[in-house]
Amino acid sequence: MAPPLRGSFVPRARVMDADDVRRAVWRMAHEIIEAEKGLDGVVLIGLQTGGVPLANQLAEALKKIEGTEVPVGTLDVAFYRDDIGLRPVVPEAPSHVPWDLTDKTVVLVDDVLYTGRTVRAALNALADHGRARAVRLAVMVDRGHRELPIRPDVVGKNLPTGSAEVVDVGPDGVTIGDLVPPTGAGGARHGHQP
Amino acid sequence: MTAHLLCVDDLGPDGVEAVLKLTDSMVEVGRRDIPKVPALRGRTVVSLFYEDSTRTRLSFETAAKRLSADTMSFSVSTSAVKKGESLRDTVLTIEAMGIDALVVRHASSGVPWQLAAWLAGSGVSVVNAGDGWHEHPTQALLDAYTIRNEHKAGSLEGLRVGIVGDVKHSRVARSNVFCFAMLGASVTLVAPPTLLPASLDGWPCDVAHDLDEVVGELDVCYLLRLQQERMTEALVPSLREYAFSYGLDLARAQRLPAGALVMHPGPINRGVEIAPEVADLPCAVITRQVANGVAVRMAVLFHLLTAPADGEVRLDG
Repeated sequence: MAPPLRGSFVPRARVMDADDVRRAVWRMAHEIIEAEKGLDGVVLIGLQTGGVPLANQLAEALKKIEGTEVPVGTLDVAFYRDDIGLRPVVPEAPSHVPWDLTDKTVVLVDDVLYTGRTVRAALNALADHGRARAVRLAVMVDRGHRELPIRPDVVGKNLPTGSAEVVDVGPDGVTIGDLVPPTGAGGARHGHQP
Repeated sequence: MTAHLLCVDDLGPDGVEAVLKLTDSMVEVGRRDIPKVPALRGRTVVSLFYEDSTRTRLSFETAAKRLSADTMSFSVSTSAVKKGESLRDTVLTIEAMGIDALVVRHASSGVPWQLAAWLAGSGVSVVNAGDGWHEHPTQALLDAYTIRNEHKAGSLEGLRVGIVGDVKHSRVARSNVFCFAMLGASVTLVAPPTLLPASLDGWPCDVAHDLDEVVGELDVCYLLRLQQERMTEALVPSLREYAFSYGLDLARAQRLPAGALVMHPGPINRGVEIAPEVADLPCAVITRQVANGVAVRMAVLFHLLTAPADGEVRLDG
C-alpha cells in the first residue's frame, strides 16, 4: 500500500513499460502455479492501494493459464501499522476479506516492497481472518532497503534504488523519480514510501 | 496542537468528510469475526459522564475497546464527587493517571470547552459526548453517516431533512442542523414555538410549525425525544396533544416520499413522538443509527488520537 505523501512525484526514468509489466505478471502467475503445484486453496489478497490492481491482473493471468477463478480480496493495513502517531495514517478503503482464511494459501500482493513494514502489518492483519496454511508474497518491484526480516517469493523486477527515490507503479509501467517537497497545498499521487 | 472534538464546526467540512470515510473502514472491522484492531494499543480513553447515558457511553467504550485502547469509566454516583470533589480537581486527578482522551458528558453547556482549557498542554483530547442543551457532535456524525448509507441518494447533498419536536432542549438538534447543513442538506425545524430556542440566529435552517404541511416533502423525518426531565414548565398542553400534533403516526408516515427515512436519537418515547408501529417500519433506521454509532466513534477516536504529536509530517517512517 502507498501511504499518503506530502510533496509531488517528479518522474526521472521509466524502468518498465506496460509490455514489461504485462510479461512480468504472466511470469509471476506461472511461478505461483509452479510453487503451489496448482491453485487449490489459493487466495490472492492485494494490499491497498497499489497491490489491488496487480492482484486483479494476476488473477486474470492465473485464469488464462489454469482455467481457475482465484478469489481476490483486498487488505488495508492502516490499523496495524507501527507508525501510527508518527505520521498521518489514514485507511484508503475498507478491507474486503469475506472468507475465513484458515487452511488457505494466501498470496499477498503489493506493488513495491521496500522496508517490509507494510507487509509486517499485513501479516498481523491476516491473522485476524483465520490461520492460513501458508502466506506468500508477490511484488512487482523489490527496491531493497529492508528494515525487517521479510523477503518476497515472487518478484516482477529487482530495482536497486536510493532511499530518497520514489518508485511509482501505474497502469502504464514502472517509473523511478524523486519526491519534491510541496511548494503549496496539494499532495502527490501514488508514489511509494515505507 | 492537541485535537479535540467539541462541536461539529471543529471538524469543518473536510474533517467531517474524513471521519465519515474512516467510518466505512470501521464498519468493516465491526463485521469481522474478531472485531478488533491494534490501532490504539497503549492509549487510554476515559469516559466521564455526569449525566445518565446508555447508548453513548457504551458506544464510546465499545469503540475504544475495538481499537485496543484501554478504557476507564467514571460515574458520578460512585466517585469522590459524592465527597464534594470539584469538576476541575476530578479532571486533573484523572489526567494525572496518564490518559489520552477524555469523553465527557455534562448537564451544563460548555463544560467540554472548560475541560479543554484546563487540560491545555497535557496532550489529552477532549471529546464532547453531550453538553447540556448545546452540542452532541458524535450523534450528528453518526446520523449523517446513517443517512448517507441508508438513503438511496447516497449523500446528504440536496436532501430535505425535517427535525421534529423538542428542539429547545435538544443538543442533538443543534449539532445535526449544523452538520447536515454543512453536508448540503436543507433542514427544516418542525416544532411548536414553545419548543424552539429563544433565538435561531445563525442556524442554517427553516422553521415550520405544522408537521402535516411539510411531512409529504421530507427525505428524512428526524424525531426528537420530548425531554420531560429538562422541562421546568408546561411547554406542551399534554403528551396526548403533543403526539396528536407532532407525533409521527402511521397516517403521517405513509405520506413521506418513497425512500424517506425515519430517525430518532433514542431513547424513544413510543406513542409520544413516534407511534409504536412506525418505529418498527423498515424505513425507521433507529437501530442502524445505534450500530453506526460505534463505528463513527471509532473513527472519531482514531482521527483525534493518531494525529502526529508535533503536527509535522514525517516521510521516512
